[in-house]
Amino acid sequence: MSSNSSYRILKNKIAGGLMFSITVFSVLLVVLIGLGLYLKSVPIFEHNSFWHLIKSSEWRPGNNQFGFLPFIAGTLWITLIAVILALPIALLSALFLTEFSKSYLKKWVFTALDILAGIPSVVYGVWGTLFIVPWISEKLAPHFVEYSTGYTVLAGGIVLGVMILPLLISLFVEIFSAVPREFRDASLSLGATKWQTSKHVILRKTFPGILAAVALALSRAFGETIAVLMVCGNLPLLPHSLFDSCYPLPALIANNYGEMLSVPLYESALMLAAFLLFIVVFIFNASSRAVIYRIERKFK
Amino acid sequence: MKSYPYQNPSRATWAEDYSFLNNDINNDEGLAFNKSYLKVKDLNLYIHKAHILKNVNLEIPDKKVTCIIGPSGCGKSTLLKTFNRLIDDTEGIKYEGSILVDDTDIFDKKTEITDIRKKMGLLSQRPCPLPMSIYDNIAFGCKMHGERNRKKLNQIVEEQLKAVGLWEEVKNRLHAPASKLSIGQQQRLCLARGLAVEPEFILADEATSALDPISSKHIEELFVKLKQDYTIILVTHTLRQALRIADHVIFMYLGEVIEAGSADEIFNNPKQELTRKYLEGAFS
Repeated sequence: MSSNSSYRILKNKIAGGLMFSITVFSVLLVVLIGLGLYLKSVPIFEHNSFWHLIKSSEWRPGNNQFGFLPFIAGTLWITLIAVILALPIALLSALFLTEFSKSYLKKWVFTALDILAGIPSVVYGVWGTLFIVPWISEKLAPHFVEYSTGYTVLAGGIVLGVMILPLLISLFVEIFSAVPREFRDASLSLGATKWQTSKHVILRKTFPGILAAVALALSRAFGETIAVLMVCGNLPLLPHSLFDSCYPLPALIANNYGEMLSVPLYESALMLAAFLLFIVVFIFNASSRAVIYRIERKFK
Repeated sequence: MKSYPYQNPSRATWAEDYSFLNNDINNDEGLAFNKSYLKVKDLNLYIHKAHILKNVNLEIPDKKVTCIIGPSGCGKSTLLKTFNRLIDDTEGIKYEGSILVDDTDIFDKKTEITDIRKKMGLLSQRPCPLPMSIYDNIAFGCKMHGERNRKKLNQIVEEQLKAVGLWEEVKNRLHAPASKLSIGQQQRLCLARGLAVEPEFILADEATSALDPISSKHIEELFVKLKQDYTIILVTHTLRQALRIADHVIFMYLGEVIEAGSADEIFNNPKQELTRKYLEGAFS
């Protein structure tokens, strides 16, 4: 009996220790990846300072000129446009689904959203190339600029926006559904309409959650590669309008990884691109978490 | 003083403790239905295929405390939430019959649901302050109905907080989050929030069951005070609460109204066997 009991306790200890080390390992992976990328990109710092690399927009690998500004700007632009386009659509549809719609409709929409979320990235790229790019080039751009190929910041933003839409909607629906019914009852029983309740109670109550969801979607969007690469033109120039081509960081890495050995510092430069992406996502996640924490305390 | 020569000694003692609550000056006149604002006629309610409320016919007397009692799952809360049609959002709901408020059928397609709800303040089981300040909680309803005048809102907030005896406790922190209040204070805040939209009815769904005895007492006292101006309909699990404050009692069992009448009648001389058994504690 007692030996059985001590065996039980031993097992418990081993299980606890094992799970702890596995958890530490996953956390360590993040550190290791970051460290690996940094070490690989060190050689480039021997010729250029970090700030120079980030601020310069000269990209001539043959001349050992590596300016990352166009890529950073491209990434930020596209992500920003994607969120600006997707956020209101996602918020309103999620509100509709949780507050207004009947449940059978909800089931249909969720099925459609699951399909949308499951479409491979490259298919979005093809769709963007076939429909969005010509539409921008022929229909939209002529109203604003003289000439645009259609392979633009805007095309990247639209495609990326559509891609994060299902994620945002399902996150928002989950967040809104988590609001206890009492809050709705309280507001509705005062004679507020459903829209007033959604606007003043549901959105207010879930504000920290909405921010967290947007942060999550943004982190996803930063790293999206193939679909964006196919529609944004990939010119290493600083975009000045929505109708200019751009070249986001992930696209840079994906497009050039094979040929990097021909230029000595190229590998290091690409590793720096990866490291920058890593830092952007890291800083972004950390700061959004801090913001959410503060807001949560204020709203609770 | 109204006293119930009630059988169960423990409950009778409780009732005595709260005897000060009975300030019903009209007691001697009995429960004259001089005015009945709320009438339920042949109400049947189904959720999916379940028959939740069965052929309910009721009249709720004006400016009195009406307690709906009955065992769990007998449809008390459903009935209460049907009065302001909060039940509408339930999946698969279907109703027949009518509920007349001031002679308007609330199920009529032409009836504006927000008007009905404005007439019925709801106090739920657990206090549910909205995620905003104390001030904004009270002003919320008025703002939703289009009141923008700051001066008037200030006045309403002060008035209603005074009406529930919360003003002195919170007047220096009106803009603090309402969730920082104690649970008893929150419930009074919710009551004040309901009163701010000038309802005619107060619907309370076991409004004291989550509160400590002192806070419950506070709320009960408020109900007794408020019945001068409002018709109060109270769902309660606590018989002794009904005993303390009810003027009119409705006993429900399995979706049916078994017996309804003045508190005196129901508690001292129930006509139905089922009512008598319930009051004796044979089942709950």
